[in-house]
Amino acid sequence: MSPAAEERHETRDTDLGGEELRARLSKTWGTGRGLIGALSTVDHKIIGIRYAMTAFAFLLAGGIMAIIMRLQLARPDSHLVDAELYNQLFTMHGTTMMFLFGVPVGEAFAVYLVPLMVGTRNIAFPRLNAFSYYVYLFGGLMLWGGFALSIRPDVGWFSYVPLASLDFTPGKGPDYWAQMITFTEVAALAVSVEIVVTVLKQRAPGMTLDRIPLFVWTMLVHSFIIIFAMPAVMLASSMLIMDRLVGTQFFNADAGGDLLLWQHLFWFFGHPEVYIIFLPGTAFVSAIVATFSRRPIFGYLPMVLSLIAIGFLSFGLWVHHMFVTGLPEVGAAFFTASSMAIAIPNGVQIFCWIATLWDGKPVLKTPLIFVLGFFFIFVAGGLSGVMLASVPIDTQVHDTYFVVAHFHYVLIGGTLFPLVAAVYYWFPKVTGRLMDERVGKWQFALAFIGFNTAFFPMHLLGLHGMPRRVYTYPAEMGWGGLNLLASAGALLFFASFLLMLWNMVVSARSGAFAGDNPWDAETLEWAASSPPQPQNFDRIPYITSRSPLWDQGDDKAVVGGLKVDERELVVTSITEARPDIREESPAPSIWPFLAAFATAVAFIGSIYTPWAITWGSPVVAIVLVAWFWPKTIEENV
Amino acid sequence: MVRSVIDVSGLPTYAFGSRVTPWWGTLSFCLLEGTGFALGIAGYLYLAVTNTHWTKDAVHLNLVWSALFTIVLVVSALPNFLIRRAAMRESLRSVRVLLLVMSAVGLVLVGLRVMEFSALPVRWSDNAYGSFVWLLLGLHGVHVLTDVADTLVLTVLMFTRHGTGKRFSDAEDNAFYWYFVVLSWLPLYAVLYWLPRL
Ligand code: HEM
Ligand SMILES: [Cu+2]
Repeated sequence: MSPAAEERHETRDTDLGGEELRARLSKTWGTGRGLIGALSTVDHKIIGIRYAMTAFAFLLAGGIMAIIMRLQLARPDSHLVDAELYNQLFTMHGTTMMFLFGVPVGEAFAVYLVPLMVGTRNIAFPRLNAFSYYVYLFGGLMLWGGFALSIRPDVGWFSYVPLASLDFTPGKGPDYWAQMITFTEVAALAVSVEIVVTVLKQRAPGMTLDRIPLFVWTMLVHSFIIIFAMPAVMLASSMLIMDRLVGTQFFNADAGGDLLLWQHLFWFFGHPEVYIIFLPGTAFVSAIVATFSRRPIFGYLPMVLSLIAIGFLSFGLWVHHMFVTGLPEVGAAFFTASSMAIAIPNGVQIFCWIATLWDGKPVLKTPLIFVLGFFFIFVAGGLSGVMLASVPIDTQVHDTYFVVAHFHYVLIGGTLFPLVAAVYYWFPKVTGRLMDERVGKWQFALAFIGFNTAFFPMHLLGLHGMPRRVYTYPAEMGWGGLNLLASAGALLFFASFLLMLWNMVVSARSGAFAGDNPWDAETLEWAASSPPQPQNFDRIPYITSRSPLWDQGDDKAVVGGLKVDERELVVTSITEARPDIREESPAPSIWPFLAAFATAVAFIGSIYTPWAITWGSPVVAIVLVAWFWPKTIEENV
Repeated sequence: MVRSVIDVSGLPTYAFGSRVTPWWGTLSFCLLEGTGFALGIAGYLYLAVTNTHWTKDAVHLNLVWSALFTIVLVVSALPNFLIRRAAMRESLRSVRVLLLVMSAVGLVLVGLRVMEFSALPVRWSDNAYGSFVWLLLGLHGVHVLTDVADTLVLTVLMFTRHGTGKRFSDAEDNAFYWYFVVLSWLPLYAVLYWLPRL
């Protein structure tokens, strides 16, 4: 090595300062140009944004399915769509919302925010992170591509066998469904592992366990739930597809298999799934409530403990399937039991949020307004859950629109309202510009009124006996009026999202400049610039309190001694976050994209011939070797 | 004012065991794959208990190949232990030799697993019992295959100019994962080969 290069390699962040340090670091951590550069990036922020945009696209697609269903149901005896298409619509809607939107959108925020909040420069295993995104993208495209080519699953979002077995459903729809599940679960599992390791090992020095932001705690519990829940559905969907493609007999009662096996495996995942979708929402709420109350969340320790309790209890719910044997009850009891049994830790969380608002000086900006909307709707959903759980009502209304109303209150109240809040809250960090507040408030009015108009009447329809999953109903039933109302509400609700989209586009171009910390928030992501530099922080912060940005004065304690021209980050000990290693973070690489592509081809091929796996595996293996093989000698030291 | 309070320039760039991130990644993957195995076994037991055909379907599996496989696998824990130790001491020569040993052992195990499959008295399509036998054996087989492939690549790597520094940490991590492959087999072996004989 020439002396100059030698010196370059040895430059430390303590040797430089200001603009030069920033420029050098951002060159080291940057993403290449052009298509290859874009596909090779390992920057968690870029991947996080892609995750979010893709999840939003699927939200829109799933929403359009919902709107078509509501248009069909607006009038009795309507013929806009027939029974077959209606089945496909609710299947695609449910599947898209649960797997392609609900789970990934939580991952998106975790991938973008967790590394910033713990004060590190990239997520752990950044190439795996890139891989997971492409796998998710291909899984989603496959399901929707199949839909466009009329390969359409129509057996509901939980794809019950025997309905989904070959004898009943000979087309390829359920195969696409099952492979899509596998894809998205692989992605979710990969991200969970990354988050766990990032939180445990890459926290900024000084960020002891009791200084971890609640958002990050929530995402940690969320990741553990995924790690223990998702293998069940991967196993189940693999068994389903093997039954259909190579003639295994897992679910075939005539050959010693059992239908209930599917149910048990699916719901072992299905119950935690509600919390997998719901927990990121609570993470947003914790961050937003603290910021806009101008005080830390009341009851940090009870909050963390109830999060952990939720993690465990979300699995406990599955047990009730050992007692419930009839198929219909399972569906009806699902969302109810999920919202009931964890009432205590959920109650603790809600109590702590309200106490925080009570004690603070709440500032009613759009993010907080949406959080208040969340409280209202979620509690209403909880109440209808209690009603569902009481037996006499239950026997009357299970598998009616009462259930549809109930779970949309829980899901939309629990996820979409906090999500919109999160978009308004972190948009300035991501783009550097604030979203328009006035439009935000109009959006809230539209969303709140639209949502309740759409879903409240469904409770009444359920009480009047309208079953779910019917494509139409005769005029004599007298359900027309309420259905028309519900459909009008759905349109309003949908429109509120279009308004948000418009606000995002306009604000990204011409919104007010945000600065680093527009809301005067407490956590580390607001110490980075808006949008953050590729390296996130020019100097790794040293943490001495739970609310670093509120407690530090003008005097910023930082860590020194990382190399400037190599991707180095600080690995710390688990509990105390004492600095331990300067670990090299992997550089950009095209191989994760190619690996995801090869995997996708093999999996899709396997729907048509099992040999695709045989021929695909060596290709995937070769690509993986290329991925992991060190490219330079410096990578070894 | 920005004030440097700790200097990390003297810290190592790699280490071993639970100090490094890959170890935690591997542990997480062991957790999720272990959950998969546990659920697979649970499914098998569920059918064994609830299904009336099961006793008739559950033909006994051949004990020869599986016994050989199990013995070789358990014994392989020893060179595996030595690899970990040699890697942590950064002794290139020992690591090279031991990796060659582990590669050979791995290939033998793959061969034995193939023999196990070919000696199965049921096909996956005969009945649910057969499906489960193939599934569990295959699932574990994939883990064996993955780690053997990883070991082979690592062996080659250690014989190139890359065989320094951090690669010792990789070798240690690889050995860590092999313990999971060994340990996860034991319950599977008991359930697949011995339970039906009780
Ligand atoms: C624009 C907002 C939405 C509207 C208008 C809407 C409307 C509907 C309708 C009409 C159905 C079919 C009911 C039936 O025939 O049984 C349905 C089912 C469902 N929706 Fe939504 N929905 C919306 C948003 C969401 C969201 C955000 C989620 C989840 C995060 C969701 C999850 C589901 C699920 C899981 C089903 C059940 C599908 C099945 O039966 O297999 N929906 N929704
Ligand atoms: Cu249940």
